[in-house]
Amino acid sequence: MSPVSRGFRRKREAAPADRVPPGQYVTKDFPVLSAGPTPHTPLSTWTFSIDGGREPKSWTWDEFRALPTEQVTTDIHCVTRWSKLDTMWEGVSLDVLLGAVEYDARYVLAFSDGGYTTNLPVADLLGGKAWVAFGYGGGPLGAEHGGPARLLVPHLYFWKSAKWVRGLQLRDTDVPGFWENYGYNMYGDPWREQRYAGD
Amino acid sequence: MAGTAVRGRLTTWQTATVGPVTDETPKVRTLRLEVPDWPGHRAGQHVDIRLTADDGYQAERAYSIASAPGEPLAITVERLDDGEVSPYLTEEARPGDQLEVRGPIGGYFVWEPGSGSDSGSGSGGPLLLAAGGSGVVPLRAIVRERSRAGSPVPVRLLYSSRSWEDVIYSTEFGLPPGGVEVIYTLTRSQPRMWQGYARRVDDTMLAEVAWPASERPLAYVCGPTSFVESVAAGLVKLGYPAGRVKTERFGATGG
Repeated sequence: MSPVSRGFRRKREAAPADRVPPGQYVTKDFPVLSAGPTPHTPLSTWTFSIDGGREPKSWTWDEFRALPTEQVTTDIHCVTRWSKLDTMWEGVSLDVLLGAVEYDARYVLAFSDGGYTTNLPVADLLGGKAWVAFGYGGGPLGAEHGGPARLLVPHLYFWKSAKWVRGLQLRDTDVPGFWENYGYNMYGDPWREQRYAGD
Repeated sequence: MAGTAVRGRLTTWQTATVGPVTDETPKVRTLRLEVPDWPGHRAGQHVDIRLTADDGYQAERAYSIASAPGEPLAITVERLDDGEVSPYLTEEARPGDQLEVRGPIGGYFVWEPGSGSDSGSGSGGPLLLAAGGSGVVPLRAIVRERSRAGSPVPVRLLYSSRSWEDVIYSTEFGLPPGGVEVIYTLTRSQPRMWQGYARRVDDTMLAEVAWPASERPLAYVCGPTSFVESVAAGLVKLGYPAGRVKTERFGATGG
């Protein structure tokens, strides 16, 4: 039972409980959270690769952009407690990318420019639930928000949607990525408020 | 990039009692929080705060810890006028009031004696701390921890504020410990006769203030997104390896 904080009362409109997970509040801004400087990889040397399958697979930027794309409107939820509703993205479905590879692995470690990694189950990337996004709000995805391309896995806390993503390493076992090594949850389901290790 | 992996269950919510409060500026207040079972923290970490209204409504936010390890837990909060939690903490809360805390949180944006050295012991090169506005809070914890631990590592703190009235910890930073230099820039208005910088941090200022990359400095940058983006990019241009520039960004939101 939480103690009452004397004199504290609600100032914000109640967030719709079916849209906003517990402990989150809605913002109209798009805050930026990253651990280091924003990397800037030229598109001429950018690749997206999937390692750990039967054969390694890699796309150049032009090859990646020639893949079929989808428009996605979705809510996103950051572990620092902001949620942003009805964000509009354009990207390539992970169904397309993983569909180009033969593999048995059950997990991936996504890796990014700057050394950032994050771990996800393969099942969470399939079935129209995850994309490699290159567009936001009708324009290109800005570098501070992860451009030229980032993962978009909106049903998990947003740190799983790795910025500046450069590929996936398919793995038989689930190993912690960057924030997971610092005490954040291995899975990160906002609806179960899995913010930290053991939640 | 030393860091201790934390894989156990993080502590759960604990009741905290508000202790002494200090008004730092007209919009910023430091609150000491008495937490009987506080597990201790490292400089640079943050803590989750949860408030509960008498109708059961709850709001949670994260705040940087302002105190050094070994000191009582304290947070420094800037009031965001459209916020929900920060107006309560800066205007309403008084000693004896109760709230809940969870933490400490975060293991990357932390400094300990030996941080940044290859072996994790000894001096890791000079420290560059760059703060925009209330981004100074975790950096103040780092400065205090350096003194508390008796670390000789030289520190330069470049601190950008709108005006002198907005400078947090001005008394404390007015008499910095030996080996710590505080360099201010006031971006919007300056006192008469102001001799210091009077503009946003730019590459020229960084080149003047930042330790040369050849000294293997370690940088911590904290503030609003635009501040962090430009400072971190500027340090990379000066030759700082990206892995030695740790950032923490405050979105212009929340509260």
